Amino acid sequence: MAPGGGPEPLTREHGTTAGPRTVLAYLIRRLIAVIIMVLVVLLATFTVFYMLPKWAGQDIAVLFAGKQAGAEQLEGIRAKLGLNDPLIVQFWDFIKGIPMGRDYVNGSDVTHCPAPCFGYSFRTEAPVWETLKDALPVTGALAAGACVLWLGAGVLTGVVSALKRGTIWDRAAMTTALGGVSLPVFFTGMIAMGVFVHNLGWVKIADSLSTDDSIDVWFQTLILPWVVLAFLNAAMYARLTRATMLEVLGEDYIRTARAKGLGEVVVIRRHALRSAMTPILTVFGLDLGVLMGGAVLTESTFNLPGLGLEAVRAISSKDLPVILGVTLCAALAIAIANLVVDLLYAVIDPRVRLG
Amino acid sequence: MPTLPPKRRLAAGAALVVAALVTTTACGGGDGDSDGDGKGAGYNAALNKVANASKKTGGTLRMVGKQDLDSADPQRAYYGMSWDFMRFYTRQLVSYDTKPGKAGTKLVPDLATSTAKISDDGKTYTYTLRDGLTWEDGSKLTSKDVKYGIERLWATDTITGGPGYIRQTLDPKGDYKGPYKDSSADGLKAIETPDDQTIIFKLPKRNGDFEQFLAMPAGSPVKKAKDTKAKYTQRPFSSGPYKFSEYKAGKKIVLVRNDKWKKASDPIRPALPDKVDVTISANLEENDKRLMAGDYDVDLNGTGMTQSGRVTAVQKHKDSVDNMHTSFVRYVALIHTAKPFDNVHCRKAVFYGTDFAGLQQTRGGALAAGDIANSTLPKAVPGYSDYDPYGVVERKGKPDAAKAKEELKKCGKPDGFSAKITARNNNPGEVDTAEALQAQLKKVGINVSVEQLDGADSASITGSPSVVRKRGYSMQMSGWGPDFPTGQGYAQPLFDSRFLNENGNYNESQIKDPKIDKMFDDAIAETDPAKAAEIYKKLDKRILDQADWMPFLYEKNITWRGPRLTNAYMSDAYNGRYDYVALGVKK
Repeated sequence: MAPGGGPEPLTREHGTTAGPRTVLAYLIRRLIAVIIMVLVVLLATFTVFYMLPKWAGQDIAVLFAGKQAGAEQLEGIRAKLGLNDPLIVQFWDFIKGIPMGRDYVNGSDVTHCPAPCFGYSFRTEAPVWETLKDALPVTGALAAGACVLWLGAGVLTGVVSALKRGTIWDRAAMTTALGGVSLPVFFTGMIAMGVFVHNLGWVKIADSLSTDDSIDVWFQTLILPWVVLAFLNAAMYARLTRATMLEVLGEDYIRTARAKGLGEVVVIRRHALRSAMTPILTVFGLDLGVLMGGAVLTESTFNLPGLGLEAVRAISSKDLPVILGVTLCAALAIAIANLVVDLLYAVIDPRVRLG
Repeated sequence: MPTLPPKRRLAAGAALVVAALVTTTACGGGDGDSDGDGKGAGYNAALNKVANASKKTGGTLRMVGKQDLDSADPQRAYYGMSWDFMRFYTRQLVSYDTKPGKAGTKLVPDLATSTAKISDDGKTYTYTLRDGLTWEDGSKLTSKDVKYGIERLWATDTITGGPGYIRQTLDPKGDYKGPYKDSSADGLKAIETPDDQTIIFKLPKRNGDFEQFLAMPAGSPVKKAKDTKAKYTQRPFSSGPYKFSEYKAGKKIVLVRNDKWKKASDPIRPALPDKVDVTISANLEENDKRLMAGDYDVDLNGTGMTQSGRVTAVQKHKDSVDNMHTSFVRYVALIHTAKPFDNVHCRKAVFYGTDFAGLQQTRGGALAAGDIANSTLPKAVPGYSDYDPYGVVERKGKPDAAKAKEELKKCGKPDGFSAKITARNNNPGEVDTAEALQAQLKKVGINVSVEQLDGADSASITGSPSVVRKRGYSMQMSGWGPDFPTGQGYAQPLFDSRFLNENGNYNESQIKDPKIDKMFDDAIAETDPAKAAEIYKKLDKRILDQADWMPFLYEKNITWRGPRLTNAYMSDAYNGRYDYVALGVKK
């Protein structure tokens, strides 16, 4: 992203359209930046979870051992997890394990973690990847459905509000939006479940979700979380769209477009909205990334076995490898979502393409 | 943005408030008609008696819990709820009788034909196995399987987390290296299996509670060919009436009937439902609602209902509620190494300055929190007495400020002193209780600061004397329940100086009293439970007289008993929960 918050142009030379090579170079540059960012996040997380307790005098091996752990048992765990190695060695072993897999060895006791090895949970006795693999589709489905709803509803409401500025529609939409922004998910979630699941019985939420379940089960289980999550975010998007649209509608080029005799729909859709979408897309990229990293509150409220719920479970049971795995996923999701959004700028805003 | 005129703003505001109230009421727990399949068996119907006694088989027992089993591997589990649940798919040589109340603590033969034949001055335990014992694949279950299962406890770097009682009793020096490292034909020498039906335990030293150790899931057999070591938790091989059909850690457990299990070989387990379905869900409020709506029958964790859940349950569905004792004692450990708690009078000042009734109120009152405690032992542990040296029960939990001041003078701190208490922020109500204690003690001049910590860290923070010293903690608030209902199973890790470990320490007061240690030795060597109980009574008296450890509540829970449940009762062996293996459901 360029200084000042706007999208970074895909060209180096002013006045020339970005060619395939420039786009490729840009992509490579951004991908390297993504990798560096994820590594930095990982190193920071590694330090926080593995080193800070050690510096505070705590023994991490105890977290893995449970009650009544003897000294020999603790030493075995330290050896197996490599906890006696310097931080950088432990970090390198972790990174190396992702493409190559890893063996946790203590004498004849070997636990194999196949590639991609994001660590091994000694609480659930399973590679972290297996946990992530089960959780990702749930979080992905939650994020995708909610995004479509909130982006559609939010932008539409914002546009209508801007066009009908000062009318009852505008006030009603903005009051609802204010409600949406103000009410936390666990509140709207509980209300929604109380009404639609317990009282009216319209929706049947499954106890858990897996890829073996039918689309109907997924839909029934996710419809309320989608709506609740979308309500929270749509509100913000409606307000943002309204404000940006009002600003854009006052621009000279809109007046020019109208003066040229263009239809109102064309003016709004091709000129005003397109321009107003850039800041919305910026926020959307961040929101989508955060959501893909796990919607902790929504997943906890509706007991959706996604990354957010896994994070809660892992944090409460101090399952460090899973915490690390979820953090890695979240960091990756945010970085990739931002990259995609930056690329999308070029699609919606010709100024970016032209530099 | 244009603003609404004042009247319209008021009307809009009022409309919003009304809408919110209507919606909130709509999900406030129903109108009493949503009580599952019918009316409950009555308030406290499962305490000391069986609610909905029935032998009818079939149906699905539906459980919900916030927390999964700590491990499904019988040798690795340490949570009470896991031990209760494991009787569905594991068997032991002896187990607790499936009866309500105190009768449920009686050990009865399970895999064995009788309880142990004890010889050699209490150091040899011999069991003969029943005929017709099978694994879930139909193969014969032998004494060698029992031995192998127990031997796994020695593989301490792989089979982590479980209790160490059997290991410490049979091999106190730790000579045996476990079945994965030791390839000798004999394996653990302290256990002999002369034939497939006989198993002999040779103890180096008498231990009157040895059969209690064997009744834990840690004493369960494991078939060597099916032992997947650390991964055994993902799919334990069943010797009981149910087997795993699905297990997704932290999400779901489904048990189905083990058709190779023979009822004739198992006099304990009624095995009523066809299926046991467990859902793990982090949303406690929602779990309570769904329990009350009849979507689930019982809470797996047995930690009691949430504040909002219990209000609705007690007000609208009291017939489906039990107010159970959990055997947990809420306490404050007074750390001897932290000045001025090295002085007994300073410790006594805390006892007198504490408003026990206030702490009870903070935790939710007598129903939800429990009874005011006088003894260090819970009521279900033999040795409990009504000894009350500080008059706590006599004053109905109220403090005695005058005596507190008197004790402060005796300890050389007439103006009081400062102390630091730890409380776990993920244990409901603990931080509030510590803050209430802070306010109470301030009145007598003891200025306490509250340090919150994550309960998952307790083994390496409050359980580490060096960390405790470094951080300057002088009091620790926590809760403790028995591993098995005897003084050894409850009190030894708390008060015996030989249990003072550098990590995972539970002798939090850091008591180093040779007299206490000797009392434990004497009680443990005693094979007559009544005589052992007398020793534990004296031990309790000494701890209280020395003001080492301040119990303040005998915990109670409000527990939901689904109206579909049959054969529901609380056994003293699984205090605070129903005896899961006995439960059935109305179809």
